[in-house]
Amino acid sequence: MEERDRRAVLLLRHLDAAYNLARHLMRDPTQAEDVVQDAMLKALAGAATFRGGDPRAWLLRIVRNTAYDTLSAGKRRGEELLEDDLADPSADAETLLSQRQNVALAADALAALPLEWREALVLRELEGLSYREIAEITQTPIGTVMSRLSRARQAMLTARDSTP
Amino acid sequence: MTEPCADKRLLLTADLDGELDAGRSAELHNHMRGCPGCAALRDDLLSLRRTLATDIAYHRVPHALRQKLAPSTKRETAWRLPAGFAGGALAAGMALLLLPHSPDAVSTNELLASHLRALQPGHLTDVASNDQHNVKPWFDGKLDFAPPVRDVSAQGFVLDGGRLDYVGGRTVAVLVYLRQKHVIDLYVRPDAPTAVSNTANGYNIVSWTQNGFAFTAISDLNINELQQFADAFQAQS
Ligand SMILES: [Zn+2]
Repeated sequence: MEERDRRAVLLLRHLDAAYNLARHLMRDPTQAEDVVQDAMLKALAGAATFRGGDPRAWLLRIVRNTAYDTLSAGKRRGEELLEDDLADPSADAETLLSQRQNVALAADALAALPLEWREALVLRELEGLSYREIAEITQTPIGTVMSRLSRARQAMLTARDSTP
Repeated sequence: MTEPCADKRLLLTADLDGELDAGRSAELHNHMRGCPGCAALRDDLLSLRRTLATDIAYHRVPHALRQKLAPSTKRETAWRLPAGFAGGALAAGMALLLLPHSPDAVSTNELLASHLRALQPGHLTDVASNDQHNVKPWFDGKLDFAPPVRDVSAQGFVLDGGRLDYVGGRTVAVLVYLRQKHVIDLYVRPDAPTAVSNTANGYNIVSWTQNGFAFTAISDLNINELQQFADAFQAQS
């Protein structure tokens, strides 16, 4: 098997994980597909930067960075929907979610979370990744991963409790 | 309503995720016994986890995109296998090379191979049901023992069904549980364990014995959560 094919097989195994992350970050199926396709091409082309380790974490990091790039580009073009996503999620969680509507469903509450909290929660709860792995993917210290998860969950609980 | 202690929020999160060491976790649980606020937050976090497990979609990649990204080589038919299987088989091949040649190695390999075989479409369950009262009687008359089938859905592990498999020279019961997209195969047989807890190429194995049965859980789920599954299953006896 060609080296490139071998790598493709390893990466394809994690394609669902890649798409799921992209979908939750972009909140749009078409954009998620674009991000995944882009990320896969980058992953296959940039294999030189892969020095062993966990191929899933490596692919998810590329997906994540591609998603952020796409969101930034969208913001530069003034796409309104994305405005909150790239804002620093320093606002108090309760204020943040109480400003939103339709967060009665868990899916809506998740989609309303700031990008960085949402990605931490998706990687933890849907992918079952450890703090170390999430830290590697998001290029963030482990302590930050822990605090994002704590705040994301608090925001989800607040949204649930404030629902009549 | 009592508030949780501000300085315990991060610890409660880390504990929920299995990221605290045993000493600090025991300390925290000891604290919760005397602190209703922290105990309530722990319950809330557990219930949120269950909500997320049931209400948040795991988006699988559309088939067309998968096809598009698969390598276009002569071995095209091979690529048509679900990618999970192709990668899994490769991972299994590596695992076989990496596992030490200890006395248990054969059965560990055998388990892993059996698990990966079962992940092929249509091979996972012979009886598909989320209800242990359907799965348990299905084994009647098919085995020389009655495997315990337990409900651990409250802990976020959903029963998906069961099947018969042949490992270690005998027919065994396999109970299939799901945690999100992760499949947990729980091998049950009525004698001494034939596999040890192990980790190979992303697959974790946790073994235990209880009530005269030997259990071996294997999954690509991370080791902390697989251990949580083992603990939850044992607690339901
Ligand atoms: Zn407390």
